[in-house]
Amino acid sequence: MNADAVTQGNAKDPSAWDAAVDRLRAALGLPPRVPKNTYLFYRHTVPVRVLHWINAICMFFMLVTGLQIFNAHPALYWGNGSDFAHPILSMTAQGTVDNYWGVTQIGPWTFNTDGVFGVSDTDGVKTVRGFPQWATMPSASPNLALGRLWHFAFAWLLVFNGLAYFAYVFWSGHFQKELLPTSKDFKDLPHEIATHAKLQFPKGEAAKHYNGLQRISYFVVLFVLGPLILLTGLTMSPTMDAAFHFLPWVFGGRQSARTIHFVAAFSFLGFFVIHIAALLLSHPWNGLRSMFTGRFAIEKERSDG
Amino acid sequence: MADKLPRRGFLERGAALAGTLVLAGCDGLTGSRWANDQLGEVENLTRVAQRLFAGGHALAPEYSKADIAPVFRPNGTLDPGTNDYTIHRASGFKDWIVPVGGLVETPLKLSVADIRKMPSRTQITRHDCVEGWSCIGEWKGTPLSLILAKAKPKAEARYVVFYCADPMGAEDVDAQGNLIPRPFYYESLDLLEATHPQTILAYELNGQVLPVEHGAPLRLRAERQLGYKMPKYVQRIDLVERFDRIGGGKGGYWEDQGYQWYGGI
Repeated sequence: MNADAVTQGNAKDPSAWDAAVDRLRAALGLPPRVPKNTYLFYRHTVPVRVLHWINAICMFFMLVTGLQIFNAHPALYWGNGSDFAHPILSMTAQGTVDNYWGVTQIGPWTFNTDGVFGVSDTDGVKTVRGFPQWATMPSASPNLALGRLWHFAFAWLLVFNGLAYFAYVFWSGHFQKELLPTSKDFKDLPHEIATHAKLQFPKGEAAKHYNGLQRISYFVVLFVLGPLILLTGLTMSPTMDAAFHFLPWVFGGRQSARTIHFVAAFSFLGFFVIHIAALLLSHPWNGLRSMFTGRFAIEKERSDG
Repeated sequence: MADKLPRRGFLERGAALAGTLVLAGCDGLTGSRWANDQLGEVENLTRVAQRLFAGGHALAPEYSKADIAPVFRPNGTLDPGTNDYTIHRASGFKDWIVPVGGLVETPLKLSVADIRKMPSRTQITRHDCVEGWSCIGEWKGTPLSLILAKAKPKAEARYVVFYCADPMGAEDVDAQGNLIPRPFYYESLDLLEATHPQTILAYELNGQVLPVEHGAPLRLRAERQLGYKMPKYVQRIDLVERFDRIGGGKGGYWEDQGYQWYGGI
């Protein structure tokens, strides 16, 4: 067994556990888990990892149940009321009763989206529906009542989880030390975007900390998108509008709030796609492991000897 | 490193399989009767939290004449179409009598003319359908609180139940070819929402006598609630302590189909 394999990244590294695992592997005749030129750095604390995965589960259910709710009236408007003749976006069927196809209208443009948006199969039967069966839950049939039940249940869980997360990151100093973007982050932003676009990701010591692009994007998600999707969601509730008249006013009306809620949801989906792409293109197993065990393998730089 | 490759292939296939199983499991969970019954408590959490913010009688926003939609979209039943209703409609609803009973000290029988003679409230409000769309219209009617004050609810009364004239669901026949009786629409509000100043028994929309597609001669407006909580074609009002033995037991026609009883969100 090589002593380098268990060099701790910081004081919190539970190196006794590492040593025990390595002794077990050695006893079983397995190779050491960590190649010699790397060491494990304790990158994600237990609260961050637990809250991250609860958040991931909530976001998944919020999206698929939200699309189920959207399907009850697959059109978006601006203002307080719905101008049914002029939606901003709609997913409908065109044609005749015998021959129809799905279309998506965005502003003045109409696209044939048959099979995906507007018209798609439900359990093998051609159905007029906004989003397809595979994107909604519960999927068996269009079901607004169950979509709402699950959407609100996970909304509560997401709010509690989010409050716990904010409390933790401020209390522990994680926010101040790791998440708050610096003026240098903004100055370096074009360079960061360029290196990320070339799929060059931070290595070695630099991989121990969030990079500027990460800090800025996490900040936008946590402090712009998160509150936006929560508040626009609440604005759709008539009782919340009675409690806070400024809610529909601030978003330009209940239907505007619904439209913003939809755009924010797809912004979250976009963030998720980039988040996963960055993981897969940089160091998938190392990164995924660090979100389960907390430990991330860092390649030693030459100066380390 | 080479010895890791086969394991990775295995892990990838395993992850794909696990992903499929998890998705199927999630779908099964959201569709499961048991799991959905457990979520009933979430509705209570939402109601209690919203009432905390909306206080007893915080008013829903009201709008100006300029905001009124040119066409107010009708939804649900557009014409009850029953023999009884058609006869009432032909006579201008002059014999439409609404009994107010159940747990009250003074049972009432109110005609549409009686209700029109009571003090009225006119409000330009936003109608929010559970489906997601909204429409703004001007409603005129009698505050329900005035009718309830006349009837004097007993101390044990907790809910107001509205029985309506429109049969719901598709017409169907049994094995012998006999028509299966269809359930009539009904709804319920608790006393807090029922006595809210904007909760009115409306008889006019946009300055006109309430049209049939909007619930003539009387429909409920409860402006802090979604549309399905505002029954149309109201023909009887009952005060009750509990609603678990009425209809399907969930407090309303749509509630019996799985919708939440609390319709404030």
